Amino acid sequence: MIRLAFAIIAGVLLGGVVHLVSVLALPRIATQDAYSRMMPLAKLNAVTPLPAADPNNTLMPYMDPAFASAVCRYDLSGGPIKLTVPVSQAYTSVSFYTRNDVAYYAINDRSAGRRVIELDLMTEAQHSALPEDEDVTAADRLIIDSPSVTGLIVLKALAPEPGLMGQAQASLAAANCRVAPPEATPAKR
Amino acid sequence: MRLIFITLLALIIATVVGLGATWLTATRGTELGTLTIGAWTARPRTGTSEIDPYARASIARSGELPVGTGDGVAFTASTDDKKRPLDGRCDVVVSGVTPAARFWTLTLYDRKGQLVANSLQRYGFTSQEIVRGSDGGFEIRIASRSRAGNWLPTGALERYVLMLRLYDTPVGVATRSQRDAPMPSISTVGCP
Repeated sequence: MIRLAFAIIAGVLLGGVVHLVSVLALPRIATQDAYSRMMPLAKLNAVTPLPAADPNNTLMPYMDPAFASAVCRYDLSGGPIKLTVPVSQAYTSVSFYTRNDVAYYAINDRSAGRRVIELDLMTEAQHSALPEDEDVTAADRLIIDSPSVTGLIVLKALAPEPGLMGQAQASLAAANCRVAPPEATPAKR
Repeated sequence: MRLIFITLLALIIATVVGLGATWLTATRGTELGTLTIGAWTARPRTGTSEIDPYARASIARSGELPVGTGDGVAFTASTDDKKRPLDGRCDVVVSGVTPAARFWTLTLYDRKGQLVANSLQRYGFTSQEIVRGSDGGFEIRIASRSRAGNWLPTGALERYVLMLRLYDTPVGVATRSQRDAPMPSISTVGCP
């Protein structure tokens, strides 16, 4: 009897460990997470428009039907990414996700403060390798550090009325996401 | 022989308890870091890198992408203000005001997060297309049959979820109560 009670207590305690390990492991082993769903349709280091949210579109759950969206699946191993997104009439936002779908940064048109959202995305190592006195690191260039080498950039443009969806899609079609050529700026001094 | 049996039993209990708890928390969610105002709940921290492990697990399982904090915040409701589950065969009224935001959208989903098909192709409202009263308040009627004013069709679905997303808003991790974020009320007004 004592042994049986021991087995149950040990089982429950061990169960707690199993629970913690499995919760932490789930994002790594999930095969139907957002990044995996994007894999087949999103080109690497290029902007791919996403199909409009409608009842037959099972790409991702909880998509906002009022938005036109596009995605850039990035891989920073070949160098930093340069992203330019023209601002649409109503509202435009750019969100960054790691390979494991953690939203680590998001910016909207107003906080970007101009007609085109321009960003440089790089890993922390690439950022620290930038020459310090380079004037492009000044305020006119926004640099984002990606915690992971691969991930997703989601571009969204709002169509406040259904009739404006075409406009929102057109403004995203003009967005650009590409590997920036290594800057050929040898020391200016 | 008995030792083997006891060990095996302990391992089986461990597997069932551990994986069962994980499945429950990943599908139903946890109370960690939730902001509840009336019938609405949000998890502002899921849009940041400080997302908790339970929210990460549930996002990985469902396959959604959370709204980033610099973009906005998403509130969901699956019951009305009286904790009655939202029923697509009933008339539900969402009325009042929304927290400060540049834009908001209200969308109706089934329990898996898919939009509900209807002949109008209307899946929700944006703050701009809504018809408002003279005081700036609004009233959205959610029903299976057409209604006057802001009508959102349910397709007579038994259970559905409402999602109110606020874009470019001060509401977020620091928000605590109704006073910071006045959310619209949800009430069931009639059931056939």
